[in-house]
Amino acid sequence: MSPPDGVRIRPAGEHGLLVETGSLEAAHRLDALLRADRPAGVTEIVPGPATVLVVAPGADPDRLRPRLAAAARAARAPGPAAVAPGRLVTVPVVYDGADLDDVAALSGLTAGEVVERHTGRELVVGWLGFAPGFAYLTGLDPVLHVPRLATPRTAVPAGAVAVAGPYSAVYPSASPGGWRLLGRSPTPVWDVAADPPAVLTPGTRVRFRAVAG
Amino acid sequence: MIEVVAPGPYATVQDLGRPGYGHLGVPRSGAADAPSLRLANRLVGNPEGAAGIELTFGGAVLRFLDGGWAALTGAVCPVALPGGSAGMYAPFWVPAGGELRMGAPATGLRTYVAVRGGVDVPPVLGSRSADSLSGLGPDPLAPGRILPVGPSADLPPITVDAAPPPGDAPGVLRVLPGPRDDWFAPGALSALCAEPYEVSQDSDRVGVRLVGAPLERARSGELPSEGVVAGSLQVPPDGRPIVFLADHPPTGGYPVIAVLTAGGLAAAAQLRPGDRVRFRL
Repeated sequence: MSPPDGVRIRPAGEHGLLVETGSLEAAHRLDALLRADRPAGVTEIVPGPATVLVVAPGADPDRLRPRLAAAARAARAPGPAAVAPGRLVTVPVVYDGADLDDVAALSGLTAGEVVERHTGRELVVGWLGFAPGFAYLTGLDPVLHVPRLATPRTAVPAGAVAVAGPYSAVYPSASPGGWRLLGRSPTPVWDVAADPPAVLTPGTRVRFRAVAG
Repeated sequence: MIEVVAPGPYATVQDLGRPGYGHLGVPRSGAADAPSLRLANRLVGNPEGAAGIELTFGGAVLRFLDGGWAALTGAVCPVALPGGSAGMYAPFWVPAGGELRMGAPATGLRTYVAVRGGVDVPPVLGSRSADSLSGLGPDPLAPGRILPVGPSADLPPITVDAAPPPGDAPGVLRVLPGPRDDWFAPGALSALCAEPYEVSQDSDRVGVRLVGAPLERARSGELPSEGVVAGSLQVPPDGRPIVFLADHPPTGGYPVIAVLTAGGLAAAAQLRPGDRVRFRL
């Protein structure tokens, strides 16, 4: 059951509110609106594919709710200049990944065509999860939607560029991983000494560019 | 400086964690039982968020290379300090070279050691907490590790003689329904609160895994990944809830049926494998 104003806000404990946005695009706009004009007491703003979690240990939830509802309505029906589009980041990739030929076979393409498809579209960072700095990149060419590995690797190096399902990603640091590796980026996407530590933040637009190894 | 002679089964440096980085995939981390760390810090005149040591099942030996004030809170364990005197829930002085020895707690799981000045390892993303999920922050303590202690000259004087130790652990933890209680069969919240659950062996700082009545879903299929908070009772397909603690992933793809109150979260962090726990709306 949705409230009359059409924005559903679910409780997440004493200090959390989970705002349903209905879409990733609206989640990004709400995230941007709240970061630009952060309500008092809010410590976390975490966008997901169709929600934004807001954690506010120092706020009265009954006062925060209408504020979030108004922002969510604005995010769902943006005016002409509601929120500027995310910044564009170009990520260089050496396409020599261990799974490049397998992805080509699974998608019925040559390895060169996989590279063309992977570099041919602008992707958008949907949200982060799995590990610090691990961005789920949305908008991948549907031809490249391939299943994860049946058996994940125990070690994937930092900078590995991979695909799985409808997403692409750049591994921010070495970790286990079940995505299929297309190549590697010489540019780090995660640095704990930087502010922010992640290059790929929600809403950032990403273009991959093939470079020689 | 403090030398870790023995860390016990598992010990880490913890402060109040890394809030504000959830959207970048960074767990909050920090003391699992945050009120206990805050209290230990107050007892030695530290800011509440100073870094201390979180012991799991006690059993640690710490040598204070310089003299210093310390305090112990959380799970009550036997304490010995040859050449000095020490106990739980009150500040005490450890002479230079003194060896603080902690035994195993009879109940509860996590004991906090605060030292005046705070444990001064280098912060990562604004926190000195060891995050067991992401690996951010200092490594778990190992024998021989030297921990620097921060300056204390500018700290306020110690004004508290002793704090009351906690009473018996609450056997009943309060939960608030949602955010995804509508993903479960109508009787699931009642089932959660009916019979006690037993804490599983594979519980850690990420979560307390529970064995008991499985919670039946009303909806199949996958929930799109969404932000989750500490204290969430996330329910994977096997129906057995996991209570998320400090090192929980900031987003999750299984529905959360209910979330513990802040008091319930601190109590959950003291649950040990084999303990039984009840939930109440």
